[in-house]
Amino acid sequence: MRIDSPAALAEYAAALKARKHAPVKLLVSMGTCGIAAGTGEVLKAINDYIAEHKLDGAFDVIEVGCMGLCYAEPVIMLTDDKGKRIIYGDVTPHQIPAIMQAGLEAPATGTHTIDRCWYYPEDESPAEGELQARIVLRNTGRINPEDIDQYVAEGGYSALAKVVTSMKPQEVIDVISASNLRGRGGAGFPTGKKWSFAAAQPEGEKFIICNADEGDPGAFMDRAVLEGDPNAVLEAMAIGGYAIGAHNGVIYIRAEYPLAVKRLENAIKQAEEKGFLGKNIFGSGFDFKLEIKFGAGAFVCGEETALIHSIEGQRGEPTFKPPFPAIQGLWKRPTVVNNVETYACIAAIIRKGADWFKGLGTAGSPGTKVFALAGKISKVGLAEVPMGMTLRQIIYEIGGGIKDGREFKAVQTGGPSGGCITKKNLDLQIDYEALKSIGSMMGSGGMIVMDEDDCMVNIAKFFLDFTADESCGKCTPCRVGNRRMLELLNKITSGEGNMEILEKLKTLSATIKDTALCGLGQTAPNPVLSTLANFEDEYLAHVKDHRCPAGVCANLIQFNVTDKCVGCGLCAKRCPVGAISGEKKMKHAINQAKCIKCGACFNACKFHAIAKI
Amino acid sequence: MSTVNLTINNKPVAVEAGSTILEAAEKLDIKIPTLCHFKMDAFHVEHRCGSCRICVVEVEKRPNLAPACCTPVMEGMVVHTNTLRAINARRAILDLLLSDHPKDCLTCPKSLNCELQKIAEELGVHNLQYSGEQSTYELDESSAAIRRDLDKCIMCRRCENACNNIQTVGVLSGVGRGFHAVVAPAGLKKLADTQCVFCGQCVQACPVGALTEINYKYDVWRALNDKSKTVVFQTAPAVRVAIGEAFGMEPGSISTGKMVTALKMLGADKVFDTNFSADLTIMEEGTELIERIKKNENLPILTSCCPGWVKFLEHQFPELTYMPSTAKSPQQMFGAIAKSYYCEKTGIKPEDLIVVSVMPCLAKKYEAARPEFTRDGVRDVDIVLTTRELAEMFHEAGIQFDKLEDSEYDSPLGEGTGAATIFGTSGGVLEAALRTAADILSGKDVQEIDYTPVRGLEGIKEAEVDVGGIKLKAAICSGLGNARKLLEKIKAGEAKYHAIEIMACPGGCIDGGGQPYHHGNTEIIRKRMEALYQDDLNHPIRKSHQNKSIQKLYEEYLGEPGSHLAHKLLHTSYTARKKF
Amino acid sequence: MGEMHCVNGVCEMSSRKSSQMEALDAYIKSLPLADNPTRKRGFLIQTLHKAQSLFGYLPVEVQSFVAERLGISLAEVYGVISFYSFFTDKPIGRYAINVCTGTACFVKGAAQVVDELKRKLGVSEGETTPDGKYFLGVLRCLGACSMAPVVMVNGKVYGHMTAEKVQGLLDDCKD
Repeated sequence: MRIDSPAALAEYAAALKARKHAPVKLLVSMGTCGIAAGTGEVLKAINDYIAEHKLDGAFDVIEVGCMGLCYAEPVIMLTDDKGKRIIYGDVTPHQIPAIMQAGLEAPATGTHTIDRCWYYPEDESPAEGELQARIVLRNTGRINPEDIDQYVAEGGYSALAKVVTSMKPQEVIDVISASNLRGRGGAGFPTGKKWSFAAAQPEGEKFIICNADEGDPGAFMDRAVLEGDPNAVLEAMAIGGYAIGAHNGVIYIRAEYPLAVKRLENAIKQAEEKGFLGKNIFGSGFDFKLEIKFGAGAFVCGEETALIHSIEGQRGEPTFKPPFPAIQGLWKRPTVVNNVETYACIAAIIRKGADWFKGLGTAGSPGTKVFALAGKISKVGLAEVPMGMTLRQIIYEIGGGIKDGREFKAVQTGGPSGGCITKKNLDLQIDYEALKSIGSMMGSGGMIVMDEDDCMVNIAKFFLDFTADESCGKCTPCRVGNRRMLELLNKITSGEGNMEILEKLKTLSATIKDTALCGLGQTAPNPVLSTLANFEDEYLAHVKDHRCPAGVCANLIQFNVTDKCVGCGLCAKRCPVGAISGEKKMKHAINQAKCIKCGACFNACKFHAIAKI
Repeated sequence: MSTVNLTINNKPVAVEAGSTILEAAEKLDIKIPTLCHFKMDAFHVEHRCGSCRICVVEVEKRPNLAPACCTPVMEGMVVHTNTLRAINARRAILDLLLSDHPKDCLTCPKSLNCELQKIAEELGVHNLQYSGEQSTYELDESSAAIRRDLDKCIMCRRCENACNNIQTVGVLSGVGRGFHAVVAPAGLKKLADTQCVFCGQCVQACPVGALTEINYKYDVWRALNDKSKTVVFQTAPAVRVAIGEAFGMEPGSISTGKMVTALKMLGADKVFDTNFSADLTIMEEGTELIERIKKNENLPILTSCCPGWVKFLEHQFPELTYMPSTAKSPQQMFGAIAKSYYCEKTGIKPEDLIVVSVMPCLAKKYEAARPEFTRDGVRDVDIVLTTRELAEMFHEAGIQFDKLEDSEYDSPLGEGTGAATIFGTSGGVLEAALRTAADILSGKDVQEIDYTPVRGLEGIKEAEVDVGGIKLKAAICSGLGNARKLLEKIKAGEAKYHAIEIMACPGGCIDGGGQPYHHGNTEIIRKRMEALYQDDLNHPIRKSHQNKSIQKLYEEYLGEPGSHLAHKLLHTSYTARKKF
Repeated sequence: MGEMHCVNGVCEMSSRKSSQMEALDAYIKSLPLADNPTRKRGFLIQTLHKAQSLFGYLPVEVQSFVAERLGISLAEVYGVISFYSFFTDKPIGRYAINVCTGTACFVKGAAQVVDELKRKLGVSEGETTPDGKYFLGVLRCLGACSMAPVVMVNGKVYGHMTAEKVQGLLDDCKD
């Protein structure tokens, strides 16, 4: 059924809200993470239980996207209209009967419950412990992403209705500019400005693109939004299209995200049926069509000119700017490229106003930012927090600190383009400028936490390996320079380093930053520079003493059996290359010539009798 | 057009808005080195890919360095090209390029013509900082024409631009990524297995030794030193106005006589002229044109002198292979006449006569090797040298070319007309044909024979000329991209012509893939063109059918143009080929 | 036996090819190419995805077919294929084992898992075992960072992988 006016939309949404529903909503987290962790089996157990006990009217089972609690998947949440709720983590199918019986009265025994640590600034104030403010993720994990009615019931498409029927394009841009929303893809360019450039171009064919090529390894917030709330992106793109005068939108999504693709396709179909996309939207005369284009595994396609070339069916090689895409983008037409998270802020800004948005975050970087917490952190998952929160709050209060009680060493933000941040900056209030000032960057918001067992030289090498591999190969500094950087780092980690190599690393880094064509190349040396700045002693240990303090670099470590050995033989059994021998109940020995330094014996020994030096 | 004011190295300059820093610097005579940038003004071609980064300069208030070749100027911009930061960055870029480049300059075929080598010299790079893995690829010598040594590729993409954008042949693409990125055909195939037409524009564009010709100098040396063989040379029109450049002579010097002298010094038994067979081509092709016009069928007629163009047609427009004239190219007509008429006249056995052509072209090497041009196991043209290879042979022989006296071509295959000499430039074949057709159709010795609308370096030219009472509509196309445009129009019925001249290389043979490297300076090409028109004027006879030796050839041997024997010796057929 | 199977695999391939080609043809026909002939090449990447899903890889005749239909040169099609890590012009094993080497997986030991797989299978990254059973690849972040390190085998995700668990994973791959 087509909805062709704002009034009809409001009426429809009200009717959806008033629809009869069960007393308890049961949300089941069906994002990629959840499904991989076994939510599917949990869901089946729930449905079986309901069928078996004829509880159809008692529970509304809703398959939702990621709740951000990835560490505790499978996750389910029971909730009612009055705000009562219980969240269960690490749910197994056999816990389901107990959980269902307990309902919302009290947590079932023998389960793992989780306190809600977020609030929704659009509707409520935070309660104690609710550090996270969900704007981008306001529907993710709350509604069924495959049912557009649930999005509409939460106010969905009302912003689009308002924009196309009661605002001039310039007014829309004014609101976005006033909100000072900045691009969430990494560089933080003001979205309103970007839109105004494209809007200022003469009328004619224009494009609006969603960059859903979330290539930054360790960042998965865009996937969560696309899987959990695809309509938020569609609505925002239509708003952006209206603002700049584009009638065509393209969502460029990486092929590694099949579930997100499926949900986007479904959402587009449903939105077209409702008339939210297509011809004459809300009777305004505004037409807007969306299509999906796929990436094929190239990190550099996150760069906007490369992304555009990829959509055009070319190699994803960046081109020099200017001309900027806003002037000459897709098919040489004015084009705006924004990322998923940026779009996910748009409708809320339209609904609540620029001032409301600026009420969150810092003066220079208003709003919230979603961080993907991963690595050696206890609570791996998504956290959307107001800009300006400290790393300590994010890592310790939200992320639960370091896993297994190990010591925090550093956190990498900004992915392969960013840098590592150490203990001394844990209390820095983070926004775009703050991160830049300490040699890192916001990037897409991946936060990889590292502990004392991580070798920072090796981490730098990992990132260089990544950028060297993902370099498009077009410009000399990136194609050859990053390769040489990697080779220099390889020398250092394999014990062939010297001070001259360290110097070369520094000068080469400066050259690449100064001369590379695109952002990927220009930022590629950042991980090296920031680890060098913060952990120079580790580099020196590698090049001067040929020692890896963290015990990671294989050529610089040795495993030995100590006197604690009781001769149980477990290490010999686990050794994949048969390098360990010894009589039963006698001290074993490692044949160093055979040893591949995999650490299997070290991990296996229950008596801590293997020493790593 | 508004102007923009800026300063470069503290010198003020005003340039058109939209200009680049490089263009502004050129105006001030400030040199900024470039590698990937390739501009051919006369053909309106600019390859501005900004990939090599050798041209980086410092721009005040800009955080990183700017590539001069693609950064547009802005009002009040303050540019420094020679700060320590810019120079060090350039040296570091060069260092990086060289770290992945074989350093065998002494033996490289591009030595002294290599732009990378030149920049290394100019930047005074003597100590290399970086080393590491070097890219290695299999050497491609699969074709008769082009040698690809990808170890030397610096990813400037100039060849790719030449092949795909200018020529639209589409053999090359960037392949792979990161350190392993290179420019190559699909599946890293050998050129011989592709639709490559061997025009050699990629070779002209390549700044380094990654693309060069397949060299046949030593085959020629061996033949010259083989007492049992008679070695005759034919020299193409465009060679005479370019070869002097290899000896420091001004571009556009007409050095026909010196070239004949030098060839004799090498030990040539006879030095003949491809101009002779160019005149012969006009006789055959002109006759065909007149017949087709009279019958008003099978029009337009397309010229068939250019083997690159012919191969292009066979791959890209296999359905149009009926359109070109069936006349062989001048090179192959020469070979066929040499191995028949000339052998019969002199009593030399065809297998003992070695025909060496000197061509401005790489496709001619391929053409001579086409199986249809071998009769009874003997090739009509045995060896094809480019202008560059011949110049190298002269150097090897210690010949001081620029100091030589002139000599005359040998008889009888050495006589050519002014009409033949302009075959070497775009429009020349058509003009030569018009001169003859006008005489034949009008029955007069027409005096107005300068058909200026067909001249010049423009890619597509059109002319409507009155030829003996017939309003003849002609088009002239050079550069295969232009040819494609025109053929698409003809296919769609949007354009109607009687005759079309097509040359694969922009500007015609003067810009052939085998000519001395011009590095994008199209003024050189223009001067070669002007020299050919001057050479035309210098000839006492400027119409092909008035060539006495040609007249004699028909009288003594062939009978009439289009005769049975002429068909057997001087005509060929075309093969539809696969698109890829 | 393994080799036999491989030979059969190839035979089966060629007989299946024409129907796959028909499916690809139908797919290309379903695209709105005529709407905008100059922008045909914009459909290249999705067409290659489709072709690879049909054929398992992108043999040269498929590349030529796509090139011809979209009006692009074969070289450029190959240029695209060789640029994107998702595409391959060589057949891959029946079990595609892809190890995520995103940052989160890396710090949790993905490299050791890759090393163990390389050792056990005797192939390098991007290669298929001679018996055509296993393909070993690496991927950049599947976004399943909470279960790092992660390995995906033909779409099935194995979380919290270690070198010790590699044998079990291989044992799961039953023909």
